[in-house]
Amino acid sequence: MVESGTACVNESAVVKPWYSNLKYLALGVIFGIVFVKAEIISWFRIQEMFRFESFHMYGVIGTAVVVGMISVQIIKARKAKSFEGEPVVIHDKEFNKGQIYGGLIFGLGWAITGACPGPLFVQIGAGFTVVIVTFLSAIFGTWVYGKYRDHLPH
Amino acid sequence: MMELISQPWPWYVAGIFIGLTVPALLLMGNKTFGISSSLRHICAACIPAKIPFFNYDWKKESWNLYFVVGTLLGGFLASQFLSNPEDMVIADATKAHLQKHGVIDFSGMMPSDVFSWEALLSVRGLVFTVLGGFLVGFGTRWAGGCTSGHAIMGLSNLQWPSLVATCCFMVGGILMTWFGIPFLLSL
Repeated sequence: MVESGTACVNESAVVKPWYSNLKYLALGVIFGIVFVKAEIISWFRIQEMFRFESFHMYGVIGTAVVVGMISVQIIKARKAKSFEGEPVVIHDKEFNKGQIYGGLIFGLGWAITGACPGPLFVQIGAGFTVVIVTFLSAIFGTWVYGKYRDHLPH
Repeated sequence: MMELISQPWPWYVAGIFIGLTVPALLLMGNKTFGISSSLRHICAACIPAKIPFFNYDWKKESWNLYFVVGTLLGGFLASQFLSNPEDMVIADATKAHLQKHGVIDFSGMMPSDVFSWEALLSVRGLVFTVLGGFLVGFGTRWAGGCTSGHAIMGLSNLQWPSLVATCCFMVGGILMTWFGIPFLLSL
């Protein structure tokens, strides 16, 4: 069994009541608004990106990576604790061939749908209800991967 | 102020917000950013079918589901109350290319002649919606993450496997856009 890399490494040891999750909902709301307002959910923006005809998406992803990188380095350097009092732990990603094969396949799908998993949810919320079908199909894709996982190279 | 909000937001504003999601999740509760995992949790919750990969305590990961439901709500709020009244501005070259391949509707964020319930009844709409979705779900899980988990979280944490994954996302997307999409649009 290859568990690492795709395993659940997010869980915290602290048991929290359900409503403590509402802060993630709130963060998600902001995230969704940004995705609509910066037109990241647009199929056209993804086409522009892959055709190298607009800087927009490169700017978005590039800025996000730089901001994320600086933040993570500060958190690590200060050995910061979460608001729940736990030391922040970020697990390393282990390499496996899935990152190549799966990565290529996801890229094909990203260009077709104009959406990675995040924008799928936002598109549905923004009223593109047919994306529910895309979303269900993505769940099915995830399920098929889970079922045939042991037969795939990793 | 309202005018500023209803206009499309520039890339650096979006980039800063998305980048800050990384420390926000780490500090809120030691969570690492990654959206495609939600698809796995939904499988684990709804259709585990005794598959070992879906046999885990998904409830421990429910924060991830709250987050994605939040993004959906955010999409709703932004499109209802903050939407840009103008048509989208699409790069001329991209628009000309897509027009040549039969895309007609450029008014919204998605072309309704490819993505809509009516279009779903055509071979073209079916392929874009169903096949596209399948590749996204299958590919991200095999890769162990998507744009958020690998390209943003992984690169932020200087993980070279995430750099490999991100390059593969781009290569797959470029190949499909240049060689696949013109054919798929002709269906």
